[in-house]
Order: sequence, then C-alpha cells, then structure tokens
Amino acid sequence: MAITLKKRSILPGFGLTLGFTLSYLALIVLIPLSATFLKASTVTWTRFWQTISDPRAVASYRISFGASLIAALINLVFGLLVAWVLVRYTFPGKRLVDSLVDLPFALPTAVAGIALTTIYSSHGWVGRYLEPLGIKAAYSPLGIVIALTFIGLPFVVRTVQPVLEDLDKDVEEAASSLGANRLQIFTRVILPAILPAALTGFTMAFARAVGEYGSVVFISGNMPMRTEITPLLIITKLDQYDYAGATAIAVVMLVASFTLLLAINLLQKWSSRGQRGESREEAVIAGNPLEPSFVQ
Amino acid sequence: MARTITLRTTSRSAATSVAQGATLESPWVRWTLTSIAIVFLGLFLFMPLAVVFVSAFGKGIAAYFASFREPDALAAIRLTLLAAGIAVPMNLVFGVAAAWAIAKFEFIGKSLLITLIDLPFSVSPVVSGLVYVLIFGLQGLLGPWLRAHDIKIIFAVPGIVLATIFVTFPFVARELIPLIQAQGNDEEEAALTLGASGWQTFFRVTLPNVKWGLVYGVIICNARAMGEFGAVSVVSGHIRGLTNTMPLHIEILYNEYQFVPAFAVASLLALLALLTLVVKSVVEWKSQQDLKEPEEDWSVEPA
Repeated sequence: MAITLKKRSILPGFGLTLGFTLSYLALIVLIPLSATFLKASTVTWTRFWQTISDPRAVASYRISFGASLIAALINLVFGLLVAWVLVRYTFPGKRLVDSLVDLPFALPTAVAGIALTTIYSSHGWVGRYLEPLGIKAAYSPLGIVIALTFIGLPFVVRTVQPVLEDLDKDVEEAASSLGANRLQIFTRVILPAILPAALTGFTMAFARAVGEYGSVVFISGNMPMRTEITPLLIITKLDQYDYAGATAIAVVMLVASFTLLLAINLLQKWSSRGQRGESREEAVIAGNPLEPSFVQ
Repeated sequence: MARTITLRTTSRSAATSVAQGATLESPWVRWTLTSIAIVFLGLFLFMPLAVVFVSAFGKGIAAYFASFREPDALAAIRLTLLAAGIAVPMNLVFGVAAAWAIAKFEFIGKSLLITLIDLPFSVSPVVSGLVYVLIFGLQGLLGPWLRAHDIKIIFAVPGIVLATIFVTFPFVARELIPLIQAQGNDEEEAALTLGASGWQTFFRVTLPNVKWGLVYGVIICNARAMGEFGAVSVVSGHIRGLTNTMPLHIEILYNEYQFVPAFAVASLLALLALLTLVVKSVVEWKSQQDLKEPEEDWSVEPA
C-alpha cells in the first residue's frame, strides 16, 4: 500500500475542496483563535503579567499541571499494563473490555464528572471505604487526579496496543535462546520498542488533562488556591465580567496547548520512524486506520 | 530499534505454538497482571458507567421516566439535538472536503494544514467557548455591531451551535484522511478515464471504499457534539428552557441535589456513548472483513 503520489493528479476538485477547507478552517478556528491574541494585545504588558502571575492563577497552574502530570503517569503505567494484557493474554470478556477502553472518548465529561463524584464522595461506593482510612477523595486534589485519570485512560492503551501487536516475537525468542530471562527481554527488547508510542500516549493524556473542565468541576470542590483548576479560573473571571483577565489566562493555556501539540507531533514522528522507518502518514495507515484519531 | 519485517497476521499464531516459554510469562504472572488490569479498568470504567444507571433508577422506574416529562429536560434534549443536527452535518461536509484535498493531492503546507485541523483537539473546551465570547459577546469585537442590529449569538442558540462546531471540528476529517490516503488514486483515475464525472467518481468509487470510516467519524462526532460541556457552558448563559443543553441541564439538576433526574438525563448520554462504542466495534469488524477480500473490492466496482 505504498503511496507514490508525487506526480500531477488528474483527479478533479482540488480547488473546490481545498478552498472550502481553508475558508471553513479560517472562519471556525483560525480567526476566532487569533481574536484571543488580539484581545490580549490590547492589555498592557504589566497588567497582563500581573494577571497571569497572580498567586491564585499560579496556584491554579500548579493544580492543573500537577494533577495532569500525576494522572498521565498513572495512565502511562496502567495503560502499558492494560495494552499488554489485551494484546498478549486471553481471558473471558476480553473483547468487551477492549471496546470499553474507549469509553472516556465517548462519554460526555459532565456525565463522567457526576458519576465519579458519586462513587468517591463519602457515601459513595468507593468513598465510604476510603473515609475511615482518612482519605478524602472527592472535593480534594485527589479527586482531580481521579477525574483526569479517567479522561486520559484510552491514550496510552491505544497508542501502545498496535505497536505491541506488530512486535515481532522472533526477536524475543532470539533473546531467550541467547539466555535472557523474561524480565530482561521486557526491559531490553520490548520496552525500547514501545517507548516512543507510550510517551506519545502519555503526552496526549497530559495535554487532554490540562484543558479538561467538565469532569473536574464536579469532583474538585473548586476551592480557590486549593482545588481550582485553570479552566475554572477562566470561567470565574468571565462570570465577573473580567474579560481581559480571562483572556490573559486563556493565552497562557493556549501557549501551553500549542507547545504540547508540537511535542506530540515530534513524538509521533519519532515513534513512527522508530517503528518502521517510514513516513508518518504511512505509519498511520499501516496501523489500525480505524483507531480514533487520538482526540484531545 | 527493531524493525518488523514479517507478516503481522501470521506471526502471532505461529510464534505462540513454537516457543511459548520464550514469549509467555508463567501462569501466575499472567493471572496477576490480568487481575490488576481488570481491577484498574473496573474502578475507572465499569464503575462510573454502572453508577449512572444505578443512580438513575435509584427511586424506581416511574421516577426515572418522570424525569423526562419535565419541560426543561425536554427543552434541553431538543436543544442538544438541534446543536448536533447542525454541527455534525457541517463538520461532515468539511471533513469530506478536507479529506479529498489532503488525501488525493500533494501540495505545499499539507502537514501544516493537518496540524491546524487538529487544533481544536488541543485547545481547552473553556478556551474554545471563550474565543467566541471575545468575538460575539457584548464587549467583543463584533459586540457593538451585533447589538445595534439586535442579533444575539452569545447566551443564545447560535453561540451554542458555534461552540459545538468548534469542538467537534476535526473528527470526520481525522477519520477519513488516513483511510482515503490508504486507498490510493488508481480506482478514481480508472473511473475518470472511463468517462465518469468527478462527482460520480466520488460517490461511486471513493465513498463506498471508506463508508465504514465515515460512519464511525460521524457517530463519534455526534457523541462529542451532544456531550460537549465546557465550551457550551461558557457561551450558553444557562437560561433554563432556552439555552441549556443536556449536559448543562445535568449540571443544574445535580447542583440542586436532584440526583435521580440528573442521572436519568445522564443515562441517555451514557447510552449514546455505549451505542458509539458498539458502532465502533461493528465498523472495525466490517472493515477487517473488507480487508480480507481486497480482490473482490476491485471487481465489484465497475463504476
């Protein structure tokens, strides 16, 4: 299925489709996004700096980025484990489990939010067992981590799974015949092969978690300085008609998301090169074309 | 880095039978790892899903169905259907056009264009809502003009539709681009040589080849459109019966401690999510079937 389309094409419709694509993209995405930067530029630099370095804003970055990092790390470890179990082992109900992994992509965040809050509040299914242990899950930073873990759960599983499926077992057998034990084979042979994909999934989960709002607002308790995430701070500022302040914080978030988007693109390039030495597009096609296009 | 050369489909079954000891852990390790994975998924996937339905039926079936007789709930459902009904077709047309331009032609700046199409995925939903407030809101760039002409976009239905379009923007395009690229151009070129028009070629050759991917793109786009919370929350203004979508209505009910109605509405969205996953599984199965008989695909399309 190699693509050798470098020549001039006889297919029609290039002007029409590209023209429509570009105008729609500009109208819906590019012009509105640049309006944010335009609005931010009307604020003086000192005012802008004051807003984004305000202690409450800084606390919200710490909570948003900190909780997202912990959640992404949890997903990195458990995502690898789930992908491994789904690819290498068989157990009853495996197909069902496999398709349910995508649930966080499809379940509305507000529904996830109220469901997780109900489970982890002091009378909930899990919360009631945590409370005697002195662990407060809902309405605490731990609750934010729980919600963000749910949101980012599919990313590492779905990036690692196809790579693990493609992994050649001959190499493992060779390593084994040369005297390596199972753990050595995992750390020296398998892990290096799936690492780029795992890191891509990790970064995607992190990026998704940083911007997440719906599932977190229910479970976090929303206390300023303690459990207030950055997207919520933007909403708070909007509710107070502080448009300049909301825009300044939004610019910080946009810069963070663009940086993460760049990181994801670079990781994907590395990942597909490491995997098979082809271009990114070809690697995407060679994998499962029906994988959800890792939504953020 | 190890290059994979062997055929994917055969390597797995062959390898397991040849040297199980080298590539399989002891039963004890397998059992432990599987259990940890199941417990983790149980805690984070099964339990949230189960709690939605258990809470929705917490006071019986009558109470569950009574939740949908509320005029505000019905208005929220109607608005959600309306927003998705506009956003999904628009993004479908965009996705097909973008996929055609990107997958069928080589041009400069193509990878930049793909990245730009992905942008809405990486923007926080709250920021997505905010950008429209900054343009169409009272203090926004077009605010004074809109006010003078008595057009309301923010805190009204158009804003909700716009925000929904923004957050679901890339879905269909992202699903179709790799699929159409994988098909190559040969079939279309043959159809054109045989005298088919551009539209005929598209509808009779290209579209049937990617129909399953298209179905999944539309259904995941729809699930996201109906479930969007953050972006819609910013532009909605939360006016009951007027600008509340289903997720926003759930938030209000939940914050008023009306748990049964909140979870009842939530259960509809959870069912939609489950339906989306079912369609995804069917689509994957169907497209694997198609892959297994590629020769037939060639002969079936006389165009």
